[in-house]
Amino acid sequence: MSRLALSEKILMNIEKPARYIGNEVNMVKKDLSKIDIRFAMCFPDVYEIGMSYLGIQILYDMFNRREDTYCERVYSPWPDLDKIMREEDIKLFTLETQSPVMDMDFLGITIQYEMCYTNILQVLDLSGMPLYAKDRTKSMPIVIGGGPCTVNPEPMADFFDMFYLGEGETSYDELLDLYKIYKNSNMSKEEFLRKASNVPGIYVPSLYDVTYNEDGTVASIKPIYEDVPAKIKRQVVTDFDKVSYPMAPVVPYLKATQDRVCLEIMRGCIRGCRFCQAGMIYRPTRQKDVEMLKKYARTMLDNTGYEEISLSSLSSSDYEQLDELLNYLIELKDTDHVNVSLPSLRIDAFSLDVMSKVQDIRKSSLTFAAEAGTQRLRDVINKGITEEDILTGSRQAFIGGWDKVKLYFMLGLPTETDEDLQGISDLAEKISEEYFDAVPKEKRNGRVMINASASYFIPKPFTPFQWAPMILPEEFTRRAYFVKDSFGKQKNKKSLKFTYHDEGISLLEGVFARGDRRLSKTIYDVYKKGAIFDAWTEYFDMSKYEDVFAQNGVSVEFYTSRERAIDEVFPWEHLDAGVSRKFLEMEWKKAKEGVVTPNCRMNCSGCGAATYGGGVCFEAKN
Amino acid sequence: MKLRIKYTKTGVLRFIGHLDVMRLFQKAIRRAKLEVSYSKGFSPHQIISFAAPMPLGMTSEGEYFDGEFDNVTSTEDMMKRLNDTLPEGVKVLDIVILDEGAKPSMSIVSASDYYIYKNEECEADNIAILQKTLDEFMAQDSVMIMRKTKTKEEMADIKPAIYDLKIKDDGIYMLLASGSAYNLKPELVIAALCEKAGVKYNRYDYMVHRLETYMGEKEALESLSAAGKRF
Repeated sequence: MSRLALSEKILMNIEKPARYIGNEVNMVKKDLSKIDIRFAMCFPDVYEIGMSYLGIQILYDMFNRREDTYCERVYSPWPDLDKIMREEDIKLFTLETQSPVMDMDFLGITIQYEMCYTNILQVLDLSGMPLYAKDRTKSMPIVIGGGPCTVNPEPMADFFDMFYLGEGETSYDELLDLYKIYKNSNMSKEEFLRKASNVPGIYVPSLYDVTYNEDGTVASIKPIYEDVPAKIKRQVVTDFDKVSYPMAPVVPYLKATQDRVCLEIMRGCIRGCRFCQAGMIYRPTRQKDVEMLKKYARTMLDNTGYEEISLSSLSSSDYEQLDELLNYLIELKDTDHVNVSLPSLRIDAFSLDVMSKVQDIRKSSLTFAAEAGTQRLRDVINKGITEEDILTGSRQAFIGGWDKVKLYFMLGLPTETDEDLQGISDLAEKISEEYFDAVPKEKRNGRVMINASASYFIPKPFTPFQWAPMILPEEFTRRAYFVKDSFGKQKNKKSLKFTYHDEGISLLEGVFARGDRRLSKTIYDVYKKGAIFDAWTEYFDMSKYEDVFAQNGVSVEFYTSRERAIDEVFPWEHLDAGVSRKFLEMEWKKAKEGVVTPNCRMNCSGCGAATYGGGVCFEAKN
Repeated sequence: MKLRIKYTKTGVLRFIGHLDVMRLFQKAIRRAKLEVSYSKGFSPHQIISFAAPMPLGMTSEGEYFDGEFDNVTSTEDMMKRLNDTLPEGVKVLDIVILDEGAKPSMSIVSASDYYIYKNEECEADNIAILQKTLDEFMAQDSVMIMRKTKTKEEMADIKPAIYDLKIKDDGIYMLLASGSAYNLKPELVIAALCEKAGVKYNRYDYMVHRLETYMGEKEALESLSAAGKRF
């Protein structure tokens, strides 16, 4: 391949042309004459971000194992190229063969965060296809969405032909086989979509009719045909040791955000924090065999040449063979100069020992995701970390030579009061006192630093807090200032620092996270106003959103700060993420009472994920 | 042991930057399982250094980097192992072993030669016009151009830095001073030629290909790999 889709002149006039040339090490090449299905896999953000995402590497590898399928990659052109493509009418292309996306059979788009919605429209638009699914014909690619936001894809319902709910490893073969029949027959697109809706995990939004109550809430969501399922169940891999994993991931030339081998050790989380969507929707927790992981690590390092490896999971400390795995990786560090980048671990004697072996203690910091300032509120959110855990862990670390601690919090959690806000700086102060108590004066070099940061709590679907109100920006700012003030009043204030995140983007995430399909029009309008790369603060423009909300009569409060009635029909009511509504209701009730729920290994709480038939739900029974 | 590695950078890889090339080789050396030496400390890095950073868009068949190795096999074996794992466009052409006291390549570069040819994407074909002005151009006593340095802009005579300039096939051959002491970019010479010929200079009309990187005095230039020998 030597022909590029972009000319010399364009490539030399844009930032980082290497984003658009493909040809990376381990890129898959195939003979197009032997291919039945061409699949463009898109991460709708800039190349360096998209290339760092493990999910696409897994699917890229999996699709390309099929002889009849060629999976290629597509990323969002950066605004500099976007402008040129519009001016010169250049169509979006794949990296592998530099072919127009329009020539593909499928355009798969991973939907990782709400703020990429306008970038998805950019990709469709630059490809030259109509934005609304209803306007696209059989000759155009089937646009299919996947990824975390598909637990409630309703705001994007009008733009996608279908969504794949859950883990890609289970149902794609069936879908692709069905597609081949469709492509080589005179089956209509409508007929194909209807048949596809019966493939497990495939959700075709156009086949459902949504009605609304007078107050704007959803009244019902029903399939328009009898042979279309009323509920679509999220797909989950049950035998986690048998799924494919990319042994030779594509290695970018540009320094990607994740410039290292990424080893997935576990999916799901046993903890059940009530604010955490990932902890609910990736249930049940499944671990990979440690011997297999060692082999994977070795092979992937050999095939890529990376000098660094990191572990991927939601809570690595809960991986049962972590000691053995880390000891193996530390050996590799000594023999092969492999840097080990550690995930956030529970701070204890073991993790401190490991950290001291792989990091420069003076440069690294410890991280505690405390999330809330008081034990009362940590019980409400079911965050199983106590003040004692944090203080003891910090003390051990200070004795071991560390002098920097990071603390993560959220503001706006259900039932939060000023007392909980005060608790944030009190906790930081107590940690600094541990330092002065544990480390004698002559051993202190420099100053201990406790960095606390707070993000804006956003209630998410399929969590116990899906009923909860989100606080509005003015209130968020008030609480952030309250915390900031209280930091200034602490005795060791010079060792404490507090920062908080911007609120505009969070508010929009709040709207779209629990939004319904009436918002599709709003997203279309804001894109037409020129909004792209909204996840990038330098391009994000709140006023564009405010304008289209006003134009379309969208009430931000309706989607965010309103507490939902316990029997409200949610826009995602027809989707099934494994955890049952009954379990989530019970958890919401327990949250308000401040009652904790034990983790999955201590005691099964009957969340519903056991119906998948694998993982932690059956560990004890093996 | 100190090795000097000569490589090409051609095709679509002309669009990857200098830092990306360094990363590319760091990874390729690991994939090829060559026993490169590492620095000490918490994040050890390979002890390699590049002769001359190459601008984006230029192709070359005369690039070099030096590397420190714990163990070496033979030129042939190490070249094969690297070339088996390098992407299309980057190819190792030679590996020589240097004396322990050898100066690093980046400090000894003194000249480079280039082949300039028409970018096939461009309609205008000015190469033929430029070819006709070469003799007249070289007959001048001086070639004054506006040169930008980090701190100022000033008129400078680039003629002494043009060691050779002639027609080659369908393009133009030029041998220019380069390196840390004095570096003349081929684009500046093309621009000056265009001015002389009364042609509007547009950088995308021309492709620049480096043929070789040299060390030594102007009269006795040698390729950087002449500093060592095959093994």
